[in-house]
Amino acid sequence: MLPLLVELPPLPTLRDTAFIMPEIILTLFAGAALVLDVALPRSKKHLTAYFSLIGLAFVAIALAQQVAMTASLLPISAFYGMLFIDGLSVVFRFVFIVAAAFSILYSIKYLEFEREQRGEYYALILFSTLGMMFVATSGDLIALFVSFELMSLSVYVLVGYFKRDKRSNEAAMKYFLTGIFSSALMLYGLSLVYGVTGHTNLGLISETIAGYVQGGTAESGDPRLLLMVALVLVAAGLLFKIAAVPFHMWAPDAYEGAPTTVTAFMSVGPKAGAYVLLARMLLFALAPMREMENLPGWAALLAVVAVLTMTVGNLAAVTQDNVKRLLAYSSIAHAGYILLGIVSGTDMGYQGVAFHIMTYTLMNTGVFAIIIALHRQGVIGENLNDLNGLFSRAPSAAVLMLIFILGLAGIPSTAGFVGKFFLFGSLIQSGKPWLTYIAIIAVLNAVVAFYYYARFARAMFLNAPSENIADASPLLLAPSVRITLTLSAIAVLFFGIYPQPLINVADIVAQSITTVYAQSSGIALR
Amino acid sequence: MVPTVFFLLQQTATDTPARGPIMGYIPIALLFAISLAIPVGALTVGRFFRRTVMTQEKMMPYECGVDPVGDARDRISVRYYIIAMLFLIFDVETIFLFPWAVVFDQLALFGLIEALIFIAILVVGYYYAWRKGALDWA
Amino acid sequence: MTFQQLLFIGFAALVLGGGIAVVLLRNPLYGAFALITSFVGLSALYVMMGAQFIGAAQIVVYAGAIMMLFVFVIMLLNVRADEERPPRHRFLVWLAAPLALLLSAGLWLAVAGVQGDRAPSGEAGTVERVGKNLMTRYLLPFELTSVLILLAVVGALHLAKREKE
Repeated sequence: MLPLLVELPPLPTLRDTAFIMPEIILTLFAGAALVLDVALPRSKKHLTAYFSLIGLAFVAIALAQQVAMTASLLPISAFYGMLFIDGLSVVFRFVFIVAAAFSILYSIKYLEFEREQRGEYYALILFSTLGMMFVATSGDLIALFVSFELMSLSVYVLVGYFKRDKRSNEAAMKYFLTGIFSSALMLYGLSLVYGVTGHTNLGLISETIAGYVQGGTAESGDPRLLLMVALVLVAAGLLFKIAAVPFHMWAPDAYEGAPTTVTAFMSVGPKAGAYVLLARMLLFALAPMREMENLPGWAALLAVVAVLTMTVGNLAAVTQDNVKRLLAYSSIAHAGYILLGIVSGTDMGYQGVAFHIMTYTLMNTGVFAIIIALHRQGVIGENLNDLNGLFSRAPSAAVLMLIFILGLAGIPSTAGFVGKFFLFGSLIQSGKPWLTYIAIIAVLNAVVAFYYYARFARAMFLNAPSENIADASPLLLAPSVRITLTLSAIAVLFFGIYPQPLINVADIVAQSITTVYAQSSGIALR
Repeated sequence: MVPTVFFLLQQTATDTPARGPIMGYIPIALLFAISLAIPVGALTVGRFFRRTVMTQEKMMPYECGVDPVGDARDRISVRYYIIAMLFLIFDVETIFLFPWAVVFDQLALFGLIEALIFIAILVVGYYYAWRKGALDWA
Repeated sequence: MTFQQLLFIGFAALVLGGGIAVVLLRNPLYGAFALITSFVGLSALYVMMGAQFIGAAQIVVYAGAIMMLFVFVIMLLNVRADEERPPRHRFLVWLAAPLALLLSAGLWLAVAGVQGDRAPSGEAGTVERVGKNLMTRYLLPFELTSVLILLAVVGALHLAKREKE
């Protein structure tokens, strides 16, 4: 057991502080957004949104300074090993920034329309992003948990942001109660991990557990059982956040009830944050427990969850008529696909995970942006029927929507296909027969998914416009949103045809996962 | 009684880590016991000497001398809840500063800067709560 | 039986008794007070394990502030003690006990696998030691916690405060 400090260690220096520059900037901007909110008059509140976007740009610039660090194979550790910077953390922090920026951009008009334009909204998104960024850089259980809570807590509030809307309140209540319960389970699991290994540092935990798994020495008993309990608890908490079956019940209700812009945000940002934490825990701290002698490892456990998740998600999505509920189930199914990459345990699988999360962020926010644009006073525009005849009403929006939907369906020549190809292919590449069966189930699932994605296309292009939404008022698409959507759509197509640049980025993540694990002992405390 | 107390206090004086942290709490336990014994004892003894005359007015709940109005179990305003929530939040802040205060002399300037950052972040929350009118009763 | 064991049994009984009372008592206000009893016992157990700081925090934060919030909520909702609960899912009540037993047995088995004294040594939980660790090794989570508290202020006010129109 690592003794707790008795004497004061050498204190952190400015070197350490330099590593959290992006996070420091983000904290300053988030706090300033709050102050700005109470300082600005009601008519000028939307300026907070632009202020937040500028802040995110600065964060991205600061983060770009760290790109060079991913070249070194060993992660760079700071703050006594509390923080480490590797490929995974740098790439995913960019994903979070993009997700947050898109959500803010798509929210401005929507909130104006709902008369809920307030600075807190943007501050909450920034705080959630801060939590995600720390999740991606933390190498310690305590830091991970605190930042994970920071990320989640902001989203609970955002889901209930429309105080006067009953659905928003109900969704927030359900999400908050179940979410906080799952966080408690996870915390209990983390405390068991600390109890068994005596460490909070992920590298040291991994090392200690590897010792137990290789030979549970007779006189110290078999701590693997308690570690299994811890593993199940931690996994339950994380699987809840990514809405994997059987912890998915909250997702359709929360997605439907939340303000649509928040749905867009929570389906990409915090979800990606939870994937990162899952990867950190399973592929690093608890990596030695992937397969164990005489005991089921987490690979088998996660494989069952992945198969259930994608099957239940896809089958349930087929019967939905509300677009937000449908997309909730679709996002459950995608969670199942992404888990497959972690199960496979190959470089290709990890690349698939990173690739798919990156492109999913583009596609899903794109779909939601158009649903947000359909929003009108009195007509909510969340039913699949509301998309009827969209092509004749707003051809460009319909075409953009089609590209994103085809991407989500994983049609070849879209980026969605490449991600799925990597994820499913990694199962076959791993060479284990049972994983090959899972790959077959996954492909069958993708076929089912075509059906409900095709319903979007049919509604938009073949159906006649419905009577009740035949008003000629233009879609709520600001020029900036239109440009962003077009760029995202081009990216979805471009990376579908020529995925190499994005694969290289995904490979940085995969490399950092494999090398970090191989050299876990190298990441001791500074 | 008195020799036992002295014996226990002596034990406390020679408290070492090896004995575990229990012995150090004996004075506190004694304080607790004495402060419990005095009111209980006074009331019990008083029972035997006092005259008990019950009247309607005497048995009435005391509400600042005015006749009670309505049921005590009434619904209270949500404002109390907001105040309680703010108290809880800043209470948690205080408990985090407690360990800092204990090692303040060893950490010196570095610790001061850390704590100032901690407090500065919370001052933003305080300012926000203030400007939002959460501290006003009306 | 040593003095320590006797104390442990006493405080553990307080914790469990309080917990059971919370579940069984119909009047929510009594339940809240039973929970305070449980917290006090828990705090004593922490102190016995040498975690003085956690013991103090348990009293200050949980038994003090959080329970006050609980009581306010109970008074705010004004739930009547005699209000009947809906009778659905009766079978779940009967399922709960065997499941709880199964979980306890499983945890017992798992904990039995871990032998040896893994508790940190005597003074690890003193306020001074916690302070040293919190302000150096765990500095980053410490500062992050203040952001978390700030967020709690914002969230609580946004959701509970009536908007001035």
